Amino acid sequence: MLDQKRLSNRFGRAMTWLTGGTLALNLLLVAGLLALLIWNGAGAFWPRPIVVLTLADGTKAMGEVRDREAIPQVDPRAAPTMRLKLKVGNRDSGGAEFRWIDEPRIVSREYPGNAVVIERMEWGNLYGFVVGAGSEGAVTVQTAGGARQDVPLAAVVRTVRPNALGAWGKLGVYASRVREFLLDEPRESNTEGGIFPAIFGTVMMVFLMSFAVLPLGVLAALYLREYARQGPLVRAVRIAVNNLAGVPSIVFGVFGLGFFVYFVGGSIDRLFFADALPTPTFGTGGILWAALTLALLTVPVVIVATEEGLAAVPRGVREGSLALGATKIETIVRVVLPAAAPGILTGMILAMARAAGEVAPLMIVGMVKLAPALPVDGTRPFVHLERKFMHLGFHIYDVGFQSPNVEATKPIVFATALLLIAVVTVVNLAAIMLRNRLRRKYVTSAL
Amino acid sequence: MIENPILSVVNLSLWYGKSRALQDINMQIPEKKITAFIGPSGCGKSTLLRCFNRMNDLVDGVRTEGTILFEGASIHDPNLDVNALRSRIGMVFQKSNPFPKSIYENVAFGSRIQGINRKHDLDPIVERSLSGAALWDEVKDRLHESALGLSGGQQQRLCIARAIAVEPEVILLDEPCSALDPIATAKVEELMLDLKSRYTLVVVTHNMQQATRVSDYTAFLYLGAMVEYGETQKLFINPAKKQTEDYITGRFG
Repeated sequence: MLDQKRLSNRFGRAMTWLTGGTLALNLLLVAGLLALLIWNGAGAFWPRPIVVLTLADGTKAMGEVRDREAIPQVDPRAAPTMRLKLKVGNRDSGGAEFRWIDEPRIVSREYPGNAVVIERMEWGNLYGFVVGAGSEGAVTVQTAGGARQDVPLAAVVRTVRPNALGAWGKLGVYASRVREFLLDEPRESNTEGGIFPAIFGTVMMVFLMSFAVLPLGVLAALYLREYARQGPLVRAVRIAVNNLAGVPSIVFGVFGLGFFVYFVGGSIDRLFFADALPTPTFGTGGILWAALTLALLTVPVVIVATEEGLAAVPRGVREGSLALGATKIETIVRVVLPAAAPGILTGMILAMARAAGEVAPLMIVGMVKLAPALPVDGTRPFVHLERKFMHLGFHIYDVGFQSPNVEATKPIVFATALLLIAVVTVVNLAAIMLRNRLRRKYVTSAL
Repeated sequence: MIENPILSVVNLSLWYGKSRALQDINMQIPEKKITAFIGPSGCGKSTLLRCFNRMNDLVDGVRTEGTILFEGASIHDPNLDVNALRSRIGMVFQKSNPFPKSIYENVAFGSRIQGINRKHDLDPIVERSLSGAALWDEVKDRLHESALGLSGGQQQRLCIARAIAVEPEVILLDEPCSALDPIATAKVEELMLDLKSRYTLVVVTHNMQQATRVSDYTAFLYLGAMVEYGETQKLFINPAKKQTEDYITGRFG
């Protein structure tokens, strides 16, 4: 008896450690992910020093050190020799943007103060020394190899002498690069420049989705909870709704393509945009169809949360309203829905978080690698719901894995991922603050 | 026997599914008096009370026979607007059920339902109702705070204020003090005596002392049947039926 008790106590202690340890592991994984993203993403814009290496054969190499690793060797016990990964830029003359240089070959390293990195509209970075004014509106730059070339000023995005900069100067460059990243259009097939269209597309798509999913989910839940006779049929519908949340998102994408894009969009084109045919207007992927597809994807979340919110409204409160002469619909609109609003908003938060991170279904209903124009601009009717759009999630995939220069874009991938998380966090925080305000207004009943 | 009946129950029977909860009830409720329903749990007194404003319609599987006449007209008339009926026969529930809104909006609710939305119309209604429920002095400085921050007794008086705001003729009270402490109970009882001059009150209570303290007429129900109904003094001092005597002397129930 006593032994059993002792055993049970020991088991209880072990469970405490097991559960606590699992939680700690989870937190550690999340913290690690965030730290990785912040380190690599936020550090991507910090100006790095430019090094000029003189090699054993007398040639020179110039650029930023991006990595250092041991050279793989046949004999694992031999002393490791290291090599550097140098970003040498100058794609237009040299071809490769990166060079591996074995450390034993390096004779000397210098960090000349007048070394300059010129960020250009085309061909990426140029590393060298400014030696004078060139022809009309251009500067002459001498590269490490001694070759000279003229760079027209119009093609220059930014000129930085990182070796000569103090901390404040570097911070200024950092701020300028972050600003460019957040607010400018992408260049060089997305590998450089900013990602503003992707931020805009993601946020706008999520908001359009919210406008669609809120009435859809709330009305459906109202019927299920307030009007439908509770029975096997309603139970079956409820199970089906819950299962819908588990359907792979790409399936929704296929449905969205078939139904929204081809059927609804095609019909709109035939009815209203017949002049433009065979060029489709709405009959092709666009931000509206993407938002509606995601609304379908997330509607189960909203239905479930709304139903729970409605179920939590005490029966007495409904009866109180009816006993004052309110009709059923007045009771629902004036008493039940406001009381359930925090629950509904919780559902919306979950739906928006899911929608912001979803990529797969969007690839076939209107998301593109590079959108020629934002869905909102100065030409009538100002909001163009039929336009294709860019998205942060797809941008990560595209830049990180489909780009011609994967190595060069790695920092942008991290920065974009960080930004996607930031956007989701901001949207969620806004919704959570709204919910808490409502909660304070309608203090949850203690009845 | 009853002068000026405002409500007359005529051969009323009620079934929940197959079980019969009320059996051939016949009674008349006098105007501007307090009528109490007493009886052991499950005797049907709350069910009977909820027949007067047809709250039982909301329960699945309820069937009634017979009717109730309100000022001479049947409340089961198919042409009757049940929402209008409920605004004339108000109700206060066992558990106080303020809406998750401000104190002001709770009281204004019934008026807003009737389309009164202007502030200068609502303000006097709210003040008059809260004063009528003896709550005005306690809440006049925090009318726009949540009603859920009030104490249990205040919440129940708020529910009474909410009910009288729409100027009903009858107020049904379903064990209004069962969740309150003695001091709050005393306040509500005082309020009921005060309201008697303007409204007809029907109160269900478990507490026989309460029935003797506040009511003019008392009905004793047992197993869904009306055992005895008459003036409170007479029923408690000199009951006609053995069952009534056994119940009020505490021999069962």
